[in-house]
Amino acid sequence: MTPNLVLCIVAGSLIAAGVYLILERSLSRILVGVLLASNGVNLLFLVAGGPAGAPPIIGLATAEEMSDPLPQAMVLTAIVITLAVAAYVMTMAYRKFQIDGNDEVVDDVEDARIRMLAERDSESESFEDVTFSDTGEDVVSE
Amino acid sequence: MLVLILLHFVLAALTPALCRVWGARAFYALALGPAAAFAWVVAQSPTILAGGAVSEGFEWIGALGVSVVVRMGLVQWILALIVTGVGTLILIYCRWYWVKGAHPRSASVLTAFAGAMLGLVVADDLVLLYVCWELTTVFSYLLIGHDNTRRANRSAALTALLVTTAGGLSMLAGLLSLGFQAGTLLLSEIVAAPPTGPIVGIAGILILIGALSKSALIPFQFWLPGAMAAPTPISAYLHAAAMVKAGVYLVLVMAPLFAENPAWRVTVIVLGVLTMVNGGWRSLRQTDLKLVLAYGTVSQLGFMVLLAGLGTRSAALAALAVVVAHALYKSTLFLVVGIIDHNAGTRDLRELSGVGRRLPVLATVAGLAAASMAGLPPLFGFLAKEAALGAFTNLLGGGDIGLPPAIGALLVAAVVLGSTLTVAYALRFWWGAFARKPRIADSEVAPARAGFLTAPAVLATAGLVLGFLGHPVTDVFAPYAAPFAGEESHGLALWHGFTLPLGLSVLALALGAVLFWQRDRITAVQETFPSLIGAEDLYRGLMRVVDRSAVEVTARIQRGSLASYIALILITLLTSVGGSLLVSDHWPAGTFADGWGQVAVGVVVIAAAFLTATARGRVRAILLVGVTGYGTALLFLMHGAPDLGLTQVLVETVTLVVFLLIVRKLPKYFTERPLQSSRWLRIAVSVPVGALAAGLVYLAAGARTATPVSTAFPEAAYQFGYGKNIVNVILVDTRAWDTFGEISVLVLAATGVASLIFLRNRPLDLQRVDVARVDKRAVPWLLGSLRRPKADRSLIFEVGTRLLFGVIMVVAVYLLFAGHNYPGGGFAAGLVAGMGLMLRYLAAGREELNEAAPFPAGALLGSGLSVAALAAVSPVAFGGRVLQSYDLRLSIPGLDTLNTPFGPFTLLGDVHIVSSTLFDIGVFLVVLGVILDLVRSVGSGIDMHEESEQAPAPEPDSFRALPSARRPS
Repeated sequence: MTPNLVLCIVAGSLIAAGVYLILERSLSRILVGVLLASNGVNLLFLVAGGPAGAPPIIGLATAEEMSDPLPQAMVLTAIVITLAVAAYVMTMAYRKFQIDGNDEVVDDVEDARIRMLAERDSESESFEDVTFSDTGEDVVSE
Repeated sequence: MLVLILLHFVLAALTPALCRVWGARAFYALALGPAAAFAWVVAQSPTILAGGAVSEGFEWIGALGVSVVVRMGLVQWILALIVTGVGTLILIYCRWYWVKGAHPRSASVLTAFAGAMLGLVVADDLVLLYVCWELTTVFSYLLIGHDNTRRANRSAALTALLVTTAGGLSMLAGLLSLGFQAGTLLLSEIVAAPPTGPIVGIAGILILIGALSKSALIPFQFWLPGAMAAPTPISAYLHAAAMVKAGVYLVLVMAPLFAENPAWRVTVIVLGVLTMVNGGWRSLRQTDLKLVLAYGTVSQLGFMVLLAGLGTRSAALAALAVVVAHALYKSTLFLVVGIIDHNAGTRDLRELSGVGRRLPVLATVAGLAAASMAGLPPLFGFLAKEAALGAFTNLLGGGDIGLPPAIGALLVAAVVLGSTLTVAYALRFWWGAFARKPRIADSEVAPARAGFLTAPAVLATAGLVLGFLGHPVTDVFAPYAAPFAGEESHGLALWHGFTLPLGLSVLALALGAVLFWQRDRITAVQETFPSLIGAEDLYRGLMRVVDRSAVEVTARIQRGSLASYIALILITLLTSVGGSLLVSDHWPAGTFADGWGQVAVGVVVIAAAFLTATARGRVRAILLVGVTGYGTALLFLMHGAPDLGLTQVLVETVTLVVFLLIVRKLPKYFTERPLQSSRWLRIAVSVPVGALAAGLVYLAAGARTATPVSTAFPEAAYQFGYGKNIVNVILVDTRAWDTFGEISVLVLAATGVASLIFLRNRPLDLQRVDVARVDKRAVPWLLGSLRRPKADRSLIFEVGTRLLFGVIMVVAVYLLFAGHNYPGGGFAAGLVAGMGLMLRYLAAGREELNEAAPFPAGALLGSGLSVAALAAVSPVAFGGRVLQSYDLRLSIPGLDTLNTPFGPFTLLGDVHIVSSTLFDIGVFLVVLGVILDLVRSVGSGIDMHEESEQAPAPEPDSFRALPSARRPS
């Protein structure tokens, strides 16, 4: 199967631009990045699905001339899902503005606490260092 | 046999109820499980003694050759007698030990343990054996940690669990390799036709590691003394009579296969001797009676593994004898400690004094058992020890298994030393428990009830009776030993004449007595021993390192920043997949492009993508993303995917409108960021990721040689899906489950948007225009615009909307029904119809939207999902499968063709209805509902926020906004 170079390059550029934006802090920029990247990924589906051809509609072309319909069906659902996700994330950005006046994705507080624990060199509570002495101290009885 | 094992588990499940009704007496009911099994095992004696075996079972996982097969031969019969017999007595004993009522969980787990243990010793299938093996480990974990409020218990339970499961994993690897080499997983068949080869040898060592960990041999010995944290009856059963014997059992059944293997033999000899001597030596310094016994058990287990694994005829016979003797005397002694602990309140031998006078019966019982342990005639322990010594003196001749006589002599010396230590700690135990000691006041001891004494008394008596049955017992055990090489044992008997073993036995007794007599000096010597770094320290060190590194790794990786997580994931992708991509030499020769049109569109899309990434303004970025989207739609079309192109254009438009509706309340610019180093970092990650994705797909598509799965689709689509548009048939038939999942996601996302705007629920009282009060002479083009300020109205927009709306709806319905055969379908139709609603809102505001759709969006979403679900399941009612398609051809007379003066005109023609159209209608309704919901939320909802001053107010010339003046509640 011979892949299409131009489609690969276009998709790669979309994904690169998308990832660049996804690594941002502003939620609306992240979302724009997701949209770019998903357009790129959808194109890659076409490349992976095989060469271009006639529309996969019976009667318009023979089966050999058709492009592969299966990746098309998958991409179709992906497109519609992207719409729903985009609307949701954009509304989240709106809500963040409504509350805080910005749409920055802030660092997780709980994660920072874990980092502090490590910096303080404290043990986690999962391991209990009880030595069992065989001289009868720390008696193990029921 | 399987029924009896199951009975244990049933009783275990009933335990909480039984305990509630009967209290401590529930143990009598629980004892029925092992008692019934004991009776059954005894009833099988004639078959077993005649050299036969009892087996039953059924297939479990046929494809893997795994079955639930149990088979009781001689060794299994002996172990089963111990497990069930001792189990019964211990459960009866528990009734008195926990006289105030037991902890139901521990009672239940103990009963279940008895079942698992029985399963373990009779399992013939290696996988079943492993399952039972690990079940006993887990139950042991629960029983050791039965009082989980104590740190010592938790720690000991965890140690036991980790050590024995680690060994168990090694054993599993060994068992499976063995089974694979033999071509069967049935132990009996493997033993009958032993496989050979280097892999079998390795399998043997792996299995041995499992056995050693379970039986607490060096270097795994440290978990067993800690396990004494369990209540005493449990220690008596698990850690003396039954569970720790599992390792010995495994060595017993595997010895015929592996005893000739030098690595096996060396391991068994070295570790067995070390464990035996080390355990006995450490036992002498314990002051807790239970720990005296625990270290004694470690020592005896080393002795048993040594005998069982040695692989000579006389040692094999002695191994069986020691296993039986040990089960009898060691559980007795544990039970005795339990009674002392229970009635005197302590088991520290420095505090106990004069107990023997207060409990003379108990002292006698304990004396019998201790004497058996020390190897005094006429008890069974003496017979077993004589046989064992005989097995080692046989090695002195050098003929048995080819060991050099010097090694044989060393082994004899080691065993004599072990026996000496055993005598010493047996004396120490009895003295510590019962003797009256100078300078210690007599202990307060409550008298023991007869029932409490039953179990230890029965077990001790058994040890005494068996002592006089040496010859019959020898005959029973002999068939197991027969296949091994070497001299025949002189058998089990009280008197063989003046033999070397007898002399060694006397020597051990005398030396042991001396050791006990000089106990104070021994203690002084022991205290001068340096503490060596043992396996236990290694274990603790390892645990600490694991814990430490978990904390450190978490702290390094879990930075809390979303961007750093994503970057980390992408960098992992780049280094792992990207690396292999770089070294690949399979780059295919692809086509450059399908045409210049494709190149032109591609250039525009790339430029738009670049500009999007650098855009500072929100609207600018959104419009540029739209350009890439429309460009993608064109590329879809050129590739031969009209459905994709259509849907992409529609989705892009809806997205654009939704974005603009939201962005109107957000600042014009994204957050200002001066050129920072992180920008270069982001470029350094994103550009290679883009290249990787493109390169990967290029390579993968080129490497593809298999025929696509979809080559059969065109034919199948028409034959089973009754549609010509294959993509649509895939959506509503072939992969309809997937589509159903997708529309569920759509409903969720729309509901999420609505909840972010309305917070509680969607407004149900939709404001409508009161038609009765409208001035008939001034009806506007769109009713909803009546109350809008003049400045907000656009006549041309209103007229255009009024004229277009109907057309849009007709197109939507056409797309819905044509979709099965031509481009279109539920998604596209829903999007088009939704855009009609959107247009009404944009032209004349939310009241106009309510005029267009006078019902809540939830109604559409719910009915859409219901219709799709109905379409999915209704074929079942007609004997079909879920989501199966049917077709129906209708020709309605009078309506199919219309006769006009100009000739016949086809009106409906032959109507061809496919049942999956109903599913597509569900999809249509959901998509329409989603868009209605979006417009109601980000359109009408934000309008209402603005009117009530709840919307954020962007600061002019800033990238920030004032949060809503009044926080929405």
